[in-house]
Amino acid sequence: MFTKGHSLGCCFWPGALVARCPRLSRQRTGTVLRIAPRSVCLDARKGGSVKAQGEAAACVLDSDDMRRAVSRIAHEVVDRNRGAEGLVLVGIHTRGVPLSARIAEEIAKIEGVRPSQGSVDTAFYRDDVGLPPRVPTGPTSVPVPLSGAHVILVDDVLFTGRSVRAALTAVWDFGRPLSVQLAVLVDRGHRELPIQADYVGRDLATERNETVKVRVTEIDGFDRVDVLSPHRGVLFE
Amino acid sequence: MSVTVVRNGQVCSSTGVVNADLVIEGEYISSLVEPGTPVEAAAHVFDASGCLLLPGLVDMHVHLREPGDEEAEDIRSGCAAAVAGGFTDIVAMPNTHPPQDSVGVVEFVREAAARAGLCRVHPAGCVTRARAGKELAGIRELAEAGVVIFTDDGDPVRDSRIMRRALEYVGFLGGLVADHCEDTQLTDGAQMNEGEVSGWLGLAGWPSVAEEIFVARDILLAEYTGSRVHLQHLSTAGAVRLVRDAKARGVMVSAEVTPHHLMLTDEKATEYDPVFKVNPPLRTAADRAAVRLGLADGTIDIVATDHAPHTPENKEEWTEARCGMLGLETALPLVWDLHRKGDLTLERLVDAMSSRPAHLAGLEPRGPLAAGQRADLCVFDMEHEWVVDPSGFHGKSRNTPYEGMTCTGRVRYTFVDGRPVFHADEKVGENKRPGRTAFLVEEGVASEGPTPRMPGRKK
Amino acid sequence: MSDYSASSDHVPAGAMQEISNHPRSLLAMGDLDVHRLGEILTLTQEFRSVLRRPIPKVPALRGKTIANCFFEDSTRTRCSFELAAKRLSADVITLTEKGSSLSKSESLRDTVRTLECMGVDGFVVRHHASGVPARIAAWVDHPVINGGDGAHEHPTQALVDLATLIEKWGSLAGARVLIVGDVAHSRVARSNVTAFTLAGASVSVCAPPTLLPPGIEGWPVTVSEDLDAEIPEADVVYLLRMQQERIVDDPVVPSLCEYARGFGFTEERARSLHSEAVVMHPGPMNRGVEIAASVADLPISLVEKQVSNGVAVRMAVLYLFFAGIP
Repeated sequence: MFTKGHSLGCCFWPGALVARCPRLSRQRTGTVLRIAPRSVCLDARKGGSVKAQGEAAACVLDSDDMRRAVSRIAHEVVDRNRGAEGLVLVGIHTRGVPLSARIAEEIAKIEGVRPSQGSVDTAFYRDDVGLPPRVPTGPTSVPVPLSGAHVILVDDVLFTGRSVRAALTAVWDFGRPLSVQLAVLVDRGHRELPIQADYVGRDLATERNETVKVRVTEIDGFDRVDVLSPHRGVLFE
Repeated sequence: MSVTVVRNGQVCSSTGVVNADLVIEGEYISSLVEPGTPVEAAAHVFDASGCLLLPGLVDMHVHLREPGDEEAEDIRSGCAAAVAGGFTDIVAMPNTHPPQDSVGVVEFVREAAARAGLCRVHPAGCVTRARAGKELAGIRELAEAGVVIFTDDGDPVRDSRIMRRALEYVGFLGGLVADHCEDTQLTDGAQMNEGEVSGWLGLAGWPSVAEEIFVARDILLAEYTGSRVHLQHLSTAGAVRLVRDAKARGVMVSAEVTPHHLMLTDEKATEYDPVFKVNPPLRTAADRAAVRLGLADGTIDIVATDHAPHTPENKEEWTEARCGMLGLETALPLVWDLHRKGDLTLERLVDAMSSRPAHLAGLEPRGPLAAGQRADLCVFDMEHEWVVDPSGFHGKSRNTPYEGMTCTGRVRYTFVDGRPVFHADEKVGENKRPGRTAFLVEEGVASEGPTPRMPGRKK
Repeated sequence: MSDYSASSDHVPAGAMQEISNHPRSLLAMGDLDVHRLGEILTLTQEFRSVLRRPIPKVPALRGKTIANCFFEDSTRTRCSFELAAKRLSADVITLTEKGSSLSKSESLRDTVRTLECMGVDGFVVRHHASGVPARIAAWVDHPVINGGDGAHEHPTQALVDLATLIEKWGSLAGARVLIVGDVAHSRVARSNVTAFTLAGASVSVCAPPTLLPPGIEGWPVTVSEDLDAEIPEADVVYLLRMQQERIVDDPVVPSLCEYARGFGFTEERARSLHSEAVVMHPGPMNRGVEIAASVADLPISLVEKQVSNGVAVRMAVLYLFFAGIP
């Protein structure tokens, strides 16, 4: 099981500097933790490998971290919006949806009032010309009316900002909310649009060619956030 | 008199295929000699190594489109296509505009062909006036003008009474009625062969029985009146069976088949490309096998191309497209392929493409080459591999169904009356005077021959 | 869900499922395999919900131009396609036989090539002659959707029918479909035979021999001439139109009256359906011929559902085939 300090179990070099899913900030600490090439990161429960051969995976958030992040976001939302009145949580497919449900649950615990929930799939709203069409992975449904509501868009990872822009367009087709705020579990930088998150679970400095892989119990069976990198070997800066 | 030698070829002679050099003097073959024998005063020498020398081919079914439809083809370009295919004589179908139902039009066609100076054109006459199917055309005057074949091709002679009278009358004058066998009441709106393929493609079908009904009718009428009848472009197994039985009884029936019915089936319609739309339509594989067998055993007397040029506008989309395919320039290589595969003997091939059609069309008899015969030759390069590319065709139109197909065997030279009217490396076009040769062989330095003239023409 | 970036060619793990490679044009039902069929049905469901929104529009095909070439007139299908394209924010040009210069006999090829030069990104083609969409697809560099060609195919109609049944029952595996009527001249029948067979249903066909196409023995259907024996066994009775014009040219049946008696879906026949069975028709209906007027409006008839699914299904098809064009 994933516990503090032994988050990746067999994945680490013995004796390597282990943090509790450290913030991989190259600018600040200059220390980057990487997995030795070709080691397989095993999920003790699932028994399968979590990354492809030749890729390195670093766990940056375990299930406890995620739980705390969700809780903190819920508190911040309630704090900023002075309660749960008029809130509509809209999850962005795929994993933004269960996350928004969790945040809604937390808000219900704090305020005793469960905010309305909706979901949006950006398949039909993307701005990329020429890429092949995609089937939406979930329904788009937003509780209407939106006027007078504060929409909290929820996504798992904020990267270039294009998904959020698409989600905004989708939400706009349902009405004119008082405000739209953005909550993300992970902000990995590399924005291509002037979009910022109002609530962030964790800031991660990543390379462009890395992948942030979020798993949630509702879909994947367990909670975890990994950074997958095509680099090999251990880098120290 | 100019002397021409065709060296190193294999000659279809009366004793079989022999290695011989063929000497032409004037318009006639003067002798067949041992290969390499020096020939005095040989003004022109042609190298026929790797080639088969056949008597010039005769096509009894060609649409030249002139007068009336010159965009698709005219007499000159049609003749250029014919000689490129090894044909020295062609019968021009009468469904022109105006139709060939009067001496004036027939003479026009003959003269245009003579001016072109390539192959000989023998215009066919209509059976009925204006091909309307109501009354007989002026058969005697046409016969006196030299017409031998009478047909309403494009259409059948629908009225059985008219067909009966035509058979009796034309026969009496020594001509031959050729019928396009189709019961048009069964083929109204038809687009392709009626069968599995048409059922799935949603195209109205031409049932095979529509052809067989008229084949049977014509055979019985010929039998009853004691006359000859010629059945055009047979395409179904049933039709072949009827003709076989009729011949066994002694009925004077002859039949022809096109190269496309020997080669292709209705599966070709699947892409809806109208280049494959033709009347009679491409049939099933079983029908194709039957007509091949019919040609091989002589039930079907001759191969006739039904060369039908069309402009691209008329071949754009299937249901509106006109029927017909090109045939002259690809006929011999395709029939040769049947011979190579063992489905057709060489004797039968020469008979079907040269001797027998010459006989049916009332031409001078021709057959295996021998001294004293008219020098109408087809020199056929047996090994030459080539890819069918319609842009290189000599006719005006491009609607060939064989585009992209690799063929083995190609006509290298064609001689008409001893003149070389086609040379494979030169394009027979408007800017070349017909019959011009510029060819160098090790023996003599070829000079440009005198420009040939049709006899009687002033300079 | 990971964010995507247009500027990176690395598709992030966990991205939305990509649609498989498929033929560029939809000319016949046979162009779709089970997988693609599933994609269309999923998309149809999505678009159905889009159509229920206050603003029933998505920008999925924004900037694309679609030419609706309806060389054979059809208000229903034409409007359905036009609406579908507009709901996807595409720009639409509609050509009909009367309005186009085709009536001045401009060649078909020139017409479509001209449109392509003007910047059309895709074509929907309907024509009274079989095979025209296939020819057009060979001439142009853009996708072509067959909106019905002659007696050949009408793939979007079959998809509408399939979507209607799947919406009702969830699956067609093992269902028994009975197609009644003029199969020989019906493009809907050909597309539906393929569609229903692909979805796992078994198909029977019932018609007099004059209305069956040559070669039907080779189709994946059972043929029957006794309608009354077939109806109680059927889960879906699919009725085809029987037109007066058909008899004028070619006496396939002595009269429409006789047709109605032998093969029309009368009240009596409607009563012999089993309780779960439904009746369908591609429309427009000839009441009193292939279907009795009283039956046409019964709850067992899915005809209105078929119509209402038309736009969503066509949105799915247009999205699938046109969204990827650069």
